[in-house]
Amino acid sequence: MKAAVIVFPGSNCDRDIAVALGQSIGSAPTMIWHRDTELPPADLIVVPGGFSYGDYLRAGAMAAHSPIMREVVARARAGTAVLAICNGFQVATECGLLPGVLLRNSNLKFVCRDVHLRVENPFTPFTQQYDDGEVVTFPVAHHDGNYFADAETHRSLLDNDQIAFRYCDRRGGLDTSANPNGSLDNIAGIFNANKNVLGLMPHPERASDPALGGNDGRPMFESLVASLS
Amino acid sequence: MTDTASHKPPAITPQVVAAHGLKPDEYDRIVAAIGRPPNLVELGVFSVMWSEHCSYKSSKKWLRQFPTTAPWVICGPGENAGVVDIGDGQAVVFKMESHNHPSFIEPYQGAATGVGGILRDVFTMGARPIANLNALRFGDPQAAKMRHLVGGVVAGIGGYGNCVGVPTVGGECTFDSAYNGNILVNAMTVGLARADRIFYARAAGVGNPVVYVGAKTGRDGIHGATMASAEFDETSEEKRPTVQVGDPFTEKLLLEACLELMATNAIVAIQDMGAAGLTSSSFEMAARGGVGIELDLSSVPTREHAMTPYEIMLSESQERMLLVLAKGREAEAAAIFRKWELDFAVVGRVTESKKIVATFAGETVLDLPVEPLADKPPLYDRPWTTIVCNSEPVPASPPGIDIGATLKRLLATPDLASKRWIWEQYDHMVMADTIARPGGDAAVVRVHGTTKGLALSSDCTPRYCYADPEMGGRQAVAECWRNLTAVGARPLAITDCLNFGNPERPEIMGELVGCIAGMAEACRALDFPVVSGNVSLYNETSGVAVKPTPQVGGVGLLDDLTTMMRSAFGGGSDSIILIGETFGHLGASLCTRLLAGRDAGPPPRVDLVAERRNGDFVRKLIDRRVLTACHDVSDGGLLVALAEMALGGHVGAVVAKPVDAANELAFWFGEDQARYILTCKSADADAILAAAGEAQVRATKLGSTGGRDLTVKGTKGISLSELQTAHEGWFPTYMAAPNQ
Amino acid sequence: MKARVHITLKPGVHDPQSKAIASALKGLGFGGFDDVRQGKYIEIDLADSDRASAERIVKEMCAKFLANPVIENYRVDIDAT
Repeated sequence: MKAAVIVFPGSNCDRDIAVALGQSIGSAPTMIWHRDTELPPADLIVVPGGFSYGDYLRAGAMAAHSPIMREVVARARAGTAVLAICNGFQVATECGLLPGVLLRNSNLKFVCRDVHLRVENPFTPFTQQYDDGEVVTFPVAHHDGNYFADAETHRSLLDNDQIAFRYCDRRGGLDTSANPNGSLDNIAGIFNANKNVLGLMPHPERASDPALGGNDGRPMFESLVASLS
Repeated sequence: MTDTASHKPPAITPQVVAAHGLKPDEYDRIVAAIGRPPNLVELGVFSVMWSEHCSYKSSKKWLRQFPTTAPWVICGPGENAGVVDIGDGQAVVFKMESHNHPSFIEPYQGAATGVGGILRDVFTMGARPIANLNALRFGDPQAAKMRHLVGGVVAGIGGYGNCVGVPTVGGECTFDSAYNGNILVNAMTVGLARADRIFYARAAGVGNPVVYVGAKTGRDGIHGATMASAEFDETSEEKRPTVQVGDPFTEKLLLEACLELMATNAIVAIQDMGAAGLTSSSFEMAARGGVGIELDLSSVPTREHAMTPYEIMLSESQERMLLVLAKGREAEAAAIFRKWELDFAVVGRVTESKKIVATFAGETVLDLPVEPLADKPPLYDRPWTTIVCNSEPVPASPPGIDIGATLKRLLATPDLASKRWIWEQYDHMVMADTIARPGGDAAVVRVHGTTKGLALSSDCTPRYCYADPEMGGRQAVAECWRNLTAVGARPLAITDCLNFGNPERPEIMGELVGCIAGMAEACRALDFPVVSGNVSLYNETSGVAVKPTPQVGGVGLLDDLTTMMRSAFGGGSDSIILIGETFGHLGASLCTRLLAGRDAGPPPRVDLVAERRNGDFVRKLIDRRVLTACHDVSDGGLLVALAEMALGGHVGAVVAKPVDAANELAFWFGEDQARYILTCKSADADAILAAAGEAQVRATKLGSTGGRDLTVKGTKGISLSELQTAHEGWFPTYMAAPNQ
Repeated sequence: MKARVHITLKPGVHDPQSKAIASALKGLGFGGFDDVRQGKYIEIDLADSDRASAERIVKEMCAKFLANPVIENYRVDIDAT
C-alpha cells in the first residue's frame, strides 16, 4: 500500500501519523508539501492534524483553498481513500469532502485527553478490524471539534451509516458527559457517502503505541493496509 | 506612537535619561565609556542593554556561586540555553524564562509570547523543541481579576504551544496573596539536538553577512525589556502598549525553516531577537565573537510606515532571528526562508571593529563599542540583610482532629487540588512521545526513535523560601532532583528562573542571596549543575513584593524507558514502604496553613546527605525493577502523597502510623524532606527493607494497597470517590464561579 | 435599544490573523485591496432607553471588560430600534 501525507504550513501531527502508518505499512509514507500540485499515485491520502495556516479565520479554512486540496478532492471523488484527522477533518468539511462543520468546543476551551469511542460502522476500509459497537480509547486534542450539521444532513448521515465513531462512556453509553466538545449526536467521526473518506477529531496515531498509553488506533491502520493493499 | 517619530530627536535631558530607566550615575558611566554624550538611539540601546533583564546587574555577583560544569555539560550559562550530553551523540537543550509583567497586563498574549520566546531560545541552538513546562504563581483566588488572569494565562500558554505543536507536559500552579499584584509566569522549553551540531550566538568571520529572518518589525513593545525590570505602580496599566501579540503560526514556520537551514553548514551564528530585539542580538553576538557588526537599518523588513532607527533598534516584535551566514550562502538560505514564506534580508556584515555601527538612509545613527554595552554593564553589590528564619511556633491543632476529614480538606485546597483543568487545555501528547503525562512526579518524554527518556520537572516552594531563603533554595533543587529520581531518571542538570521583588531593598536582596546560597549548596551536593537561567526582579507592586520564588526546572535521563516508574498504585495487595525519616515537621506546611489560616514556623530541614543517599537507593530499586510504584513526598506530606497514588491508580490502601512516630497529625501531614513512598509485591518487601538497612536508609512498612478506600488504621476510611471529588472539584468550581 | 460593538487590534499592534487572511485572499486571486483588519463584533440588547447613558454604559463595558485597551480599540454604535 502506498500512502501520502499532506503537509501544510502549520501541520504538526504529520510526523506522528507518518510513524504510526509506517509501522503498519512497513514503509514510510510520502510527505507532500502543500505547494506541490502534483500528487503521486497513492492508495491512501492523509490530511493530518495541526493548525494549518495557524487556523486563522476558521480552523481549516485556508488549507481547504490550497491548490493541493483541489487534487485531494479530485482523487477522493475518484475513489482514493482519504483519512482526515483533527485539523484534517476541519479541512475536509471546509472543502466539502465531508458534510457539516466543526464549531468551537461547547465549553470554549481546548481539550486534550483520552476519550472513549463507540465504533458505529465496522464495514468500511477504515474500520473492518473493529467490532460493531466496540469501545475504543483515543486521545482528542482540539479547540474546534464540536460537530454540527443541519437536521437533514444529520438524517442522511444516519440513513447511510455514515457515522463512524461516537463519543461514549467506558461501557459504550452515549450520555452527554462522555461528549468532550458538545458534538451533535456525540459524533466523533463521519464517512462520506461512499465510505472512502473518513474524518474524525480523535487521534488514532496517538493510540498506536502501548508505551504512549494505548494501542486502539492500530486496527484502523491495519484495516487500511488489509483493504487497500 | 512616540515623539521620536519626528525628524528632530529630543535632546538628552535628565528627564529623557530617567524615562529610559537609567540612573544619573549610570548615565555618567555611559558618557565616560564612549567619551561623548550618546544620541537618542544610543541611549535607548544602553537602557535596554543595561536593564536588569539583560545585564543581571544586581544578581551577577551572586549567580557566580552556582556550579555550572560537569562531565556531561556541553554548554553552561551565557548562551541562549544550556546543553547537556545524553549519550549516543545526542544532547538536550533547555532553559526557563519569565514573562511575569506582560502576563499581568494582558494574560493571554503575555503568556503566549513567553512561550514563544523560550521556544526560540532553544531552537536557536539547533534543537527541536520536544516539551514545554511552566510554573504559574497566582494571587489569592478571590482577589480582583484573579480568575481572569488564570483563565487568560492558561489559554495563552495552550494557544501558543498547541499551535506550534510542542507538547506542554508539566508544571506547577499555586496561589498565594503575595502574588495578587504580580503573578509569575515562568515557561521552560526542552529540545533535542545532535551533540556535534549545536549552534551558538557567536559572530565570526569578517565580511560574513548578517541576516534578518522571520516576521517583520513593528512598533511592538518598545522598551519591553526596561518594563520587565521596573516596579509596578497603579499607573502601569495605563502605560503605553508594551505587550505583543504572539503569532505561533509564524513561529512554527520559523522553527522549521531554521532547522532546515541548520542541516546545512551555512550558519555561523544565530540568536533570537527577544527582549531588546535587534539591539541585544547584535551586541551579544558581536561580544561573544569578539568582533563588530555593521547594520543598515533601512534594509530591516518593517511592518509599519516611517519607522525610526530608534524604533527599529528597540522593537520587540516577536518571531524574528538574527543570523550570521557563511559568505556566499545567502541565496541558499534565502530559498529556504522563501519556501516557508518568511522575510529574509541581509541587513549588515561582520567587521573587525568591535563596534556596532548602524546606518539609516545613508546616515550613521549609532556607533558604539561592543564591550561596555554587553560585557561591562554596571554591576551592583547591593546591600542586603540576612533574613532571620521564621521561628513562630506552629499553632497547636485542636485536639482529636479527624485525620480523614483533614486530608479531604487539604486535597481541595488551591495548592493541592488537581490541576487537570489546566493541563487538559494543553496538548500534552503531540509529537507522540509523551510517556508520562502531567499529574505525576516528573513528566517523561521519549527521545524520538529510541528507548531513552527525558524526565522533566519544575519545582519551587515559595512559602519555604519566604520563611527561610537558604533552606527554601535548597529545597527547590532537592525537590526537583527527587521528582526526577522518583520516575527512575538520573538527574542531569537544572535551569532556573529567579523571581524576586525590588533588589534595591536590602531585605529583598537578602532573600535573593539566601536562596542562591541554598540552591548552590544543593546543586553541589547532588551533582546537579545549573546550565541556564533567568533573573526576574522588581516583581513588586506598591511596595508589596512576591514571595521569593527561585523556580527550578530539572532534566533527568532514563537510559531504558521500560524501567520508568509511575506514581499511581499498580494494583491491590502490594506492600507500601516509606523511605526516609519522618520527624513530623509542620512548620510552613500546607496543613498548618489550612488549620491555622497562615504560614507559621520554619520550613523543614533539607539534609542533603540524606537526600542523596535516599534518592540513590530508590533509583537503584527502580533500576532493578522491584517496585510497582514510587512517589516523592512533598506538599501536604505523607497522607496527601498516598492519596495521590491511590487516586492515580484507582486502588485504595490501608496504612498505619508506626507506634514510635510523632503525633498523628504531624506524622501524616508533616512535610519532612528526602522521603519517597514505594510499593512492591508483598513478597519483595522484606528484601527491600533489608537492602535499605544495609544502605543505612530509613525504610518503614506503612501498610498495603487494595480496596476502594484510603484507611488510616484506627480511623474511619474515606472512599476514593469522595477524595476524588474533593481533589478534582476545586479548580473547575473556582473557574466556573462568576467573575467578581 | 441595541449596542453594536466592534473591537479590533490597535493600529500598529501585530495582527497575524489579518495578515494571513490577506495573503490567502491574494492566493485565491482576489486583488484590489491593500489591508485587511479582523476583529470581534458584539451586540448587546439594552434595557436603557436613553441613548447617552446607554453609550456611556457600553463604553464602560468595553474599557473594563470587552476590550483590552492595552492592545485593542473599540467602537460603539447605538441603534434606537
